[in-house]
Amino acid sequence: MNSFMTKTLKVAAGLALVVSLTAGAAMASEGFKEPEDHHFTFEGPFGTFDQAQLQRGYKVYREVCSACHSMHLMSFRNLGQKGGPFYDPKYKNPNDNPVVKQIASEFDVADIDPDTGDEITRKATTSDRFPSPFKNEEAAKASNSGAIPPDLSVITKAREGGANYVASMLAGFQPAPAGLEVAATQHYNPYVHGALATSWKGDPHKVPLGGVLAMPPPLADDKVAYDDGTKATLKQEAQDVAAFLEWASDPHATERKQMGVSVILFLLLMAGVTYAAYRQVWRGKH
Amino acid sequence: MSDHPSTYEPKSGIEKWLDSRLPIVRLAYDSFVDYPTPKNLNYWWTFGGILSLCLGVQILTGIILAMHYTANADLAFDSVERIMRDVNYGWLIRYVHANGASMFFFAVYIHMFRGLYYGSYKAPREVLWLLGCIIYFLMIATAFMGYVLPWGQMSYYGAVVITNLIGAIPVVGPSILTWLQGGFAVDNPTLNRFFSLHYLLPFVIAGVVVLHIWALHVVGQNNPTGVEIKSKEDTLPFTPYATVKDGLAMIFFLIVFAVFVFFAPDAMGHADNYVKANPLQTPSHIVPEWYMLPFYAILRAITFDIGPIPAKLLGVTAMFGAIALIFALPWLDTSKVKSMRYRPVMRWFFVLFVLACIGLGWCGGQLPDNLVFSITTDAHGNPLGLKVVWLSQLLAVYYFAFFLIIMPWIGLKEDPLPVPASISEAVLAAHAKKKG
Repeated sequence: MNSFMTKTLKVAAGLALVVSLTAGAAMASEGFKEPEDHHFTFEGPFGTFDQAQLQRGYKVYREVCSACHSMHLMSFRNLGQKGGPFYDPKYKNPNDNPVVKQIASEFDVADIDPDTGDEITRKATTSDRFPSPFKNEEAAKASNSGAIPPDLSVITKAREGGANYVASMLAGFQPAPAGLEVAATQHYNPYVHGALATSWKGDPHKVPLGGVLAMPPPLADDKVAYDDGTKATLKQEAQDVAAFLEWASDPHATERKQMGVSVILFLLLMAGVTYAAYRQVWRGKH
Repeated sequence: MSDHPSTYEPKSGIEKWLDSRLPIVRLAYDSFVDYPTPKNLNYWWTFGGILSLCLGVQILTGIILAMHYTANADLAFDSVERIMRDVNYGWLIRYVHANGASMFFFAVYIHMFRGLYYGSYKAPREVLWLLGCIIYFLMIATAFMGYVLPWGQMSYYGAVVITNLIGAIPVVGPSILTWLQGGFAVDNPTLNRFFSLHYLLPFVIAGVVVLHIWALHVVGQNNPTGVEIKSKEDTLPFTPYATVKDGLAMIFFLIVFAVFVFFAPDAMGHADNYVKANPLQTPSHIVPEWYMLPFYAILRAITFDIGPIPAKLLGVTAMFGAIALIFALPWLDTSKVKSMRYRPVMRWFFVLFVLACIGLGWCGGQLPDNLVFSITTDAHGNPLGLKVVWLSQLLAVYYFAFFLIIMPWIGLKEDPLPVPASISEAVLAAHAKKKG
């Protein structure tokens, strides 16, 4: 029975491989538009953040996003730490960085008076967290037609597609296609993951890609005035704020990649030495 | 090996003094220096050492993480992010620990498939195999509870789905479920007990690993020919021969590990787990970590009731049954030949089994009603074709048939190829073949 069985089994194994390869290629696409590739400077094993872009991105966050979105994991001092938007090699301790001190002093935070115990507001210091726009979740909901604007501290890690998704989505709002019923508080966006089949009145074979979200288009041409003279187009703003959010999601990314290069070079060297030892030890024993 | 006499000779005074009181240096010498290993071991045999390394890395990084982590439903998510941002090299320690779990499973699967292919579970190694199965089962439990600790959306809903499986047990299930969760839903008490157990189980694993290595040293290692050691000609001492080979393999393993940690640390995670757990918002697609996907696919493959037994209970039984069968393997294989090198039919069933496991893993990551491929469209133009759940069912049938039908049946029917008389003979034959 050996040869017959072996042949049959070989054919079965080959068939399974072919089927799995073709099936993998033919998998239907998902119900949303794939994010564009924005060619960010931080992509790839050697990519680093563009500090000017991080500064512009912070400006977009501060002047636009922060009206509704908190970043409760971020402190002002983070802005001046190594790799951050306002890092200055002169100030190893970001709490000494005058730009960071200045930014912090422009915000008010709630505190308790240590002498009287009264609730007071005081100017923020570099060690304070970014203040949140709403007092609590209920207040956030009440101001945003029932939706809580997500915290943006780790947003590019919390969304499939990362910074490319964030930038594509922010610059990708479109008028809803005719035949799509969108509630007055909702906004259509082809990059958003959603299922539109139930609110689509047109040809059922042609359900539009994308989904709806409660956020109105936040950015537009010249929404902010950049300090470095860069022209504030919609796409530029979207990319800059996505880069800032990517940095904020993983502030040690550059340090991590640099360490990775050294670690792998060291391991390759070790592999070479160990291989030589292996050849020496096993000579004539194989 | 037990019949291998100890050759350790204490040289210095202190060694002699210690040896007559606690011969611990002798034990280490006999186990890791003079221990005879078959001279024909290939690189598939280096994963035992790699797995010890993985366990060590997980315990070391885990102890440090536990110093900074807060096991509280309101604070856990932010405490993990604090580790990533403010703890010195916290990002490194956490990424090593998170990716280390995946690397650990990658290594254990290779180790298990190696044992399966070369018949390392057959007499006299049944107890060795059983101890390995216990380690694997403990690893699953530990990894599952560890994944819950960051308290992200996937952590939370993974815990909900898996603990609720217990509720499928008739009569006592719901009571056990409440006892396990520490309440009527997954919440702070669940997180606290999972943290406690996640810290405890790795040390239990380490204990069973000691037994696993002890059992290994009693029966001796299997080898690619499956022929037992016959003479001194067949073996080489563990050090330096196996140590240098294991060391080289470990370095290559660490290179792959480092690529993930430093350049793609979130590649094996899920974006939803960077969203803090929200009991009021179920993610559209709940998936476990990749190393559990094959079992998840088997769980979801059972979509039908059989008589009075509901589909959920059948699914849970099938999932745990799939793991239980691995324990029963030594008594399911009827072949007289150990290594599939000399089993021309069985080795092809083995290849199909590996493909089935990978296929089940793929199915586990898809929605059951997705199509693997479409063949035609229905009246409304919706595509019709092979659903993922049907493929899961087909592959699950093969998974069970492999253990319950193919293993016992082929072992009796197959004509194995001639097996070499000894390891040395096999090595010499391989040399002659290479020289042509």
